[in-house]
Amino acid sequence: MDVVLLSRLQFATATLFHFLFVPFTLGLSVLVAYMETKYVKTGDETYLRMTKFWGKLFLINFALGVVTGITLEFQFGTNWSRYSAYVGDIFGSLLAIEATAAFFLESTLIGVWIFGWKKLSKKAHATVMWLVAFASTLSAVWILIANAWMQNPVGFTIRNGRAELVDFAAVLFQKYAIVKFIHTVSAAYVLSAFFVMGVSAYHLLKKQNIDFFTRSFRIALTFGVIFSFSVVIMGDLNGVVVAEKQPTKLAAMESLWDTTTRAPVYLFSLPDEKNERNSIEIGTMPGMLSFLVRHDINAKIRGLKSFPKDERPPVFITSFAFKGMVGLGFYFILATVLGLLKRKRLVDSPKYLKLMLLSIPLPYLACELGWTVTEVGRQPWIVYGLMKTSDAVSPIAASQVWTTLIAFIVLYGSLGVTGFYLIAKNALKGPEPVVENNR
Amino acid sequence: MVLQTIWFFLWGLLWAVFFMTDGFDLGIGTLYPFLGKSDQDKRIMINALGPLWDGNEVWLITAGGVTFAAFPRVYSVMFSSLYSALMLILFALILRGVSFEFRGKVDNPRWRKIWDACIFIGSFAPALLFGVAFANIFQGIPIDHNGIYHGTLFTLLNPYGLLGGLLFVLLFMNHGALWLSIKSKGDLHERAVSTAGRLWPVLVCVAVVFLIASKFSTRLYDNYIEHPAFFIVILMTVLALLSVRFFLARKAYFKAWFASALTIVGATFFGVIGLYPNLFPSSLNPRYSLTANNASSSPLTLKIMLIVVILFIPVVIGYQVWAYNLFRGKVTETDLSYEEAY
Repeated sequence: MDVVLLSRLQFATATLFHFLFVPFTLGLSVLVAYMETKYVKTGDETYLRMTKFWGKLFLINFALGVVTGITLEFQFGTNWSRYSAYVGDIFGSLLAIEATAAFFLESTLIGVWIFGWKKLSKKAHATVMWLVAFASTLSAVWILIANAWMQNPVGFTIRNGRAELVDFAAVLFQKYAIVKFIHTVSAAYVLSAFFVMGVSAYHLLKKQNIDFFTRSFRIALTFGVIFSFSVVIMGDLNGVVVAEKQPTKLAAMESLWDTTTRAPVYLFSLPDEKNERNSIEIGTMPGMLSFLVRHDINAKIRGLKSFPKDERPPVFITSFAFKGMVGLGFYFILATVLGLLKRKRLVDSPKYLKLMLLSIPLPYLACELGWTVTEVGRQPWIVYGLMKTSDAVSPIAASQVWTTLIAFIVLYGSLGVTGFYLIAKNALKGPEPVVENNR
Repeated sequence: MVLQTIWFFLWGLLWAVFFMTDGFDLGIGTLYPFLGKSDQDKRIMINALGPLWDGNEVWLITAGGVTFAAFPRVYSVMFSSLYSALMLILFALILRGVSFEFRGKVDNPRWRKIWDACIFIGSFAPALLFGVAFANIFQGIPIDHNGIYHGTLFTLLNPYGLLGGLLFVLLFMNHGALWLSIKSKGDLHERAVSTAGRLWPVLVCVAVVFLIASKFSTRLYDNYIEHPAFFIVILMTVLALLSVRFFLARKAYFKAWFASALTIVGATFFGVIGLYPNLFPSSLNPRYSLTANNASSSPLTLKIMLIVVILFIPVVIGYQVWAYNLFRGKVTETDLSYEEAY
């Protein structure tokens, strides 16, 4: 394998692994902050126990999220040095601002939250968690602005043999970034809501700590239902932006080969990239794609064949990841709406509880598929229309990348197993019976 | 030109602050197997840096991010040239970070042993490799006109590079021993104090050797000879190093630690001033060197980033000082009894 492919595999490994933990951090920080605020306001000890129980799971996850984020920032330099030199003027500043304006706050205050129970007033301690939640969301803003720029580069000019910034506001406030941010953060909130609901379902099935887990479930359910709708609606808007800015990605997502009006959506299709067609098409809905992305069933949508072969993304991966993600998105709406109907009698709905327990991995899968659509669908470009991935790689030996790729897989594999073991162990153990020496 | 110069020194300052803050974390991690006789000792050691290490580590992220933003070409050439060294540092830091969180989560001596080993490796390796990397930058890296590196990981392990590594390890160990002196009581405290006392003369010797070796291995002194006023920085650094011993003898541990912090900042600036305007000098041909002028971002980006830094860094320092102050005082048994403690 060549350096480009190896470096892509390494970056994908690092990103997908990092993204197992980030959504949980984003969502659970808000839920834990909410629980702690309820405790401060009501003085109800159950909320304190909830804060501590979910907070403990939050922290194990947080540690993995933080440490795996560091490698990502440096990998642009180690493995994608030509990219870094070419677009650093814009992309680098976004990462630097993320660290300065958001990540510092998150990392400093998480230590204060862990160790500060006795040192701060109740109110101040709860405020610290809100600030952690705020800072991690703010981190996501900057990272997604940076990613949106790779999808749709704006506000720059080519000067001195590289992309140089000319309009910072255009970079910050472009529609692509805003839509992507809300879509991604909603997905993260859904993931954490399903985690809390799933773990609560486990204990409710065992009839343990019923009050504790019924309350946890309901808080997460409210959160989950709102953001399940939000993630799908924003996903739809995201599709509109993709159709406008990245026609090759859209065509690959929908495995649309021929340019056509009344472009269809297939419920299922099996793309055959060699023969430039779909070998299986099931559930064809004519005009649906045109309607979704242009709000007009007669709108013309460009097919893959209208682009040179070397400018098309891998169709199979992109379309499968996309369809899987969309299917899961609709499932999340169904599962949470069903939950609203059952919320008064959760303990008496063992089937629903089992379903929610088994659903814990699904938002994780959806999040990973989402990144896959975004990043694989952008290929062969690293910056859409501006720089090819193959031109972006560092002038390093394949053997070096082989070594670190294997190291990444071994290290991340063992940390992942350990981390999820600890999260599962503590989640199944349930909350501490009495909060000893609290406050 | 002015913007580039400002950014050059800000770049140096961010690295210096990273070494100053995370330096004592790395130092305590390096001393961990030697000073942590019992499980209780070990827990006091990691809880002494527990609330702070994460915030300290962000100075590294910021130093890296600012290199990317202000000097993209340096970021790209530096990190791809030092590929293996940097990856080793990152893997080590990953191990260190998760070890703090994981260690206490399962009550089993074998489990704890695994993470104890990771804390040591995850602290010692970055301390050594940062020193090796910066000493190599001081003496120049074999990069050609395209910024392509002609060497391997072992190219960096030359005598001067290793001397730099040794210097960093000693600086951080001393820094860590002093922090532990502030944070611990009883037996562990005595051992931390005597360790700091015994490390200090070794550190002084290595620092002197490093200053002399820099005359022969690098061109750092050129700037000092041209502008002798800069010798004040070296003088201040030496004074700071001497006052570490002075305060230690008077049991003023916080002052000794602070003097050690200044020594680390001074040592970093000794190199940064000597390097100017080079950020990443080439040992093959000075014309291939990456400088503040030929490797910087556009003036617009430099200006925007300067505003960001001027607005946010004081705020960051503000809440970090607040956090340090909140967690002042010794780590007690009560602290260790909390469910959240490491």
